[in-house]
Amino acid sequence: MLITARDVRKRYSSSDGDVTVLNGVSLDLDHGETLALTGESGSGKSTLLHLLAALDAPDAGEITLQDTKLSDLSDTGRAEQRRQTVGLVFQQFNLIPALDVYANLTFQARLADKLQSEWVTELTDRLGLTDLLHRYPEQLSGGQQQRVAIGRAMASKPPVLMADEPTGNLDEATAETVINLLLELIEETGAGLLMVTHSTKLASRLSRRVHLSNGKLA
Amino acid sequence: MRLIALTAILAHWRRKPGQLVTLLLGLALATALWSAVQAINAEARASYDRASGTLGGSGFETITDPAGPIPIDTFIALRRAGWLVSPVLEGRILVGDTRVLITGLELLTAPPGAFPVSPIGGEDFNALDLITPPGLGFASPQTVARLAGSREIPRLRNNALIPDGQIITDIGTAERLLDREGEITRLTLLPDQPRRIPPLSEIAPQLRVNAAEESGDVGRLTDSFHLNLTAFGLLSFVVGLFIVHGAIGLAFEQRRSTFRTLRALGLPVRDLMLMLLAELLIIALFAGAAGILIGYLIAGALLPDVASTLRGLYGARVPGTLSFDPVWALYGLAIAVVGALFAAGQGLWQIRTMPLLASAQSRAWATASSTSLRLQSLSAIVLIVLGLLMPVLLEGLIAGFAMLAGMLIGSALLLPVLLSAVLSVGAKFASGIQSQWFWADTRQQLPGLSLALMALLLALAANIGVSTMVGSFRLTFTGWLDQRLASELYVSVGDAAESERFQAWIEGKADAVLPTITVEAQIEGAPGEIDGVIDQETYRASWPLLTAQQNVWDRVAAGETALINEQLSRREDLQPGDTVNVGADWQLEVGGVYSDYGNPRGQAIVSLALLEQRFPDEPRLNFAIRSDNAAALASAMRDDFGLDPANIIDQASIKEFSLNVFERTFTITGALNVLTLSVAGFAILTALLTLASLRLPQLAPAWALGITRQRLSRLELLRSVALAALTFVLAVPVGLALAWALLAIVNVEAFGWQLPMHIFPMQWLWLFVLAVVAAALAAFIPARRLAATAPADFLKVFSNER
Repeated sequence: MLITARDVRKRYSSSDGDVTVLNGVSLDLDHGETLALTGESGSGKSTLLHLLAALDAPDAGEITLQDTKLSDLSDTGRAEQRRQTVGLVFQQFNLIPALDVYANLTFQARLADKLQSEWVTELTDRLGLTDLLHRYPEQLSGGQQQRVAIGRAMASKPPVLMADEPTGNLDEATAETVINLLLELIEETGAGLLMVTHSTKLASRLSRRVHLSNGKLA
Repeated sequence: MRLIALTAILAHWRRKPGQLVTLLLGLALATALWSAVQAINAEARASYDRASGTLGGSGFETITDPAGPIPIDTFIALRRAGWLVSPVLEGRILVGDTRVLITGLELLTAPPGAFPVSPIGGEDFNALDLITPPGLGFASPQTVARLAGSREIPRLRNNALIPDGQIITDIGTAERLLDREGEITRLTLLPDQPRRIPPLSEIAPQLRVNAAEESGDVGRLTDSFHLNLTAFGLLSFVVGLFIVHGAIGLAFEQRRSTFRTLRALGLPVRDLMLMLLAELLIIALFAGAAGILIGYLIAGALLPDVASTLRGLYGARVPGTLSFDPVWALYGLAIAVVGALFAAGQGLWQIRTMPLLASAQSRAWATASSTSLRLQSLSAIVLIVLGLLMPVLLEGLIAGFAMLAGMLIGSALLLPVLLSAVLSVGAKFASGIQSQWFWADTRQQLPGLSLALMALLLALAANIGVSTMVGSFRLTFTGWLDQRLASELYVSVGDAAESERFQAWIEGKADAVLPTITVEAQIEGAPGEIDGVIDQETYRASWPLLTAQQNVWDRVAAGETALINEQLSRREDLQPGDTVNVGADWQLEVGGVYSDYGNPRGQAIVSLALLEQRFPDEPRLNFAIRSDNAAALASAMRDDFGLDPANIIDQASIKEFSLNVFERTFTITGALNVLTLSVAGFAILTALLTLASLRLPQLAPAWALGITRQRLSRLELLRSVALAALTFVLAVPVGLALAWALLAIVNVEAFGWQLPMHIFPMQWLWLFVLAVVAAALAAFIPARRLAATAPADFLKVFSNER
């Protein structure tokens, strides 16, 4: 199994007191599997994705990512896990503004020491970024930025890709193109995909769908 | 509506108290350093006005005869022709072991205030006491105490404003004391002369009118020192304004959406501007008041050293205590308000011209387009070129300081452009992705940090420049002291009889005895002195000649030529081969020029024989003694010959005293240097703290992709240190150019001598360490905060529901 989560709980403190965001969530994701995570706003979808991606630690429960128990890891260990195992795509793209497209695209692969030049060339070609390699994020459209973000996530061929509303900021046509590319690459590399989305249409294109409500999977 | 709008605008400060403190502190510091310098200058100037402007009549125009003393007949002829002039006789005498400057004035014709009619610390005088024997004189309390019991001088009254070692008295008493009956050193030209008087050229064509500034008054001499202080004060003020500009800019930027909303809801832009101006005024008044208080404390702490400097360097007397002047305080408040408006000008203008529908970009304030960078480079180059042209276009100290200002501001403006280029090259050659990101990200932070870095550059360049100047001065001065004070002992005797006895006694006991005679003289029409020296190897080997004819010492010994000091050479443009007027009907060829630091007057050296021929009554009262066993010889002088120990000074004591005066002279400069550097350090801290709040969205992706918080924090620290180090590297040439301008232009204008420039790499190393430590300390708080940032805070950046 690529990811297993058992009885995961997470609370946040706010001015109104503690808020329970996740209340005993259990979930599995296998190699090559594509899973849509849906739910209302504030249901905890992003929080669950962050925990599974080793970006944050749960208050309780156990998460295993590629046979590694995340609770056993230090901050440095979790960073290492993210570098080596997880590709991340965010709604806001979150490219690094100081770096050009090529440096953004290869950022994680180089951090993980997994840069394969041929694969990057193929990626840029397929993502339609070949002519944009020396541009900076601020010089790109939303669709172009998201294609760079997908390229960045896939450049190191990670075992799992996690995407948080990857088309939330894009128009319908661009969103369609981006998702097609993403699914195509996932299929080719055999990576697992966990995607947070509001869109039922998008969710229907993935192999499995789970719904989060009131901190629990429905 | 207006009240609600104002509440919304001011609410920002409740949410960001740290920003308010930064703003207040920045403006208060800027005002404090400026006000401190102004307070010191005002206090010193008030003292000069009280002392040198009136006492002795030296604040007026004077008439002198370049050839020597003015005959009494000329004075009478001028008075009869209607000229309102008053005679002054001035000269030095030895009273016991104290050399005293006697200034004789004529009571009836002297300008108002020339005599201390209301002496500080004493009672008014009776005019009859002044003109009837034994006469009455005025002197500083120290001089009065030193001369107590002496029968040679008139009765003395205390006057704290008279320089140490000077007696002001009636001209008749001065004639008797100086033994120069019927002589007049100069005529004081009273203001408001009658309209129809015959021109001076008709009555006495040989006489020359000197502007009040040219008569060597203390105000002129100290002007340069005060201009130096003002320049430093202004520099500190500008450095402080960098903080204010940054803080105000950020506060405006963070409230852009509020301003837009208020305007969309119907608040006219004029009302919005008025509210922001009112807010600014309140902040400026609070900060100004705090600044005045801090400035007063700084001035109070520095004034004793400044007073000591002025006394040591120029003989000017300034009380070491500070009085509070309400006008100064109001001036301080005004400068705080003007500074705040100046710093906020750009931000206010942007808000005034902001389109109603413009989107609020949180980083807009900190980004700079390539167009604005190009414009900045162009302005920088124009300023630097203009600065370099200043010595050609203008004259005097103003040219020197205009050049410094052009160079400093130009370099500061050029800094972000140069740093950007260096960082760009760094990014290009970086091998790993982390170092590539580090360079590129650092470059992206430049606009937000550039103001603080410009402040750091100014502070570092000023530090390098001033320390190079002081170091060069110290090195030259120490070497010069070694040359000028080559003899092991310096001895003075009381009178001619004692001189004869001493010369007979010392014969055979020392390796060499070098007698000197000093006479007061009008050198090129200005008061100066002539020293007579013998032909001796010590002079030939050690005297600090800057330029000289061949075999100059042979020619001096033969009475064919004179050596003059650098001040006289520069003032009168005299070079070897020219002729110098050293008194009535006495011209000598200039044989050489020697350095004579610390002496504001013109001086000439001739052969002792020649001087004794001219002044046969002048006894040899001073002797330099060469001896391998100076301590034993000094002891014998005291015990066997019976010389007063106070009349024997050993070389080490004079050197120690001179170096002590020197060190104190630059205490204030050192203190202002440290303060300016501290303000620059604070500027970096505030810039980093404000940037830290905007950094999270930029750092979050790097963290998410696998760079740990600790690593990010270390990189932030390294970034600050790298920028400070790069700024330092660029500050070195600017500082050296500054030092050159100070030594070659400002010093020459201010003091009359030029110094060779020495460089001190160890000082740079120390300053480099200081700058790096300051930058690391400034970055430490935000970096530590970053290392402790909870993952949840990073995740907010990615959260869809933000």
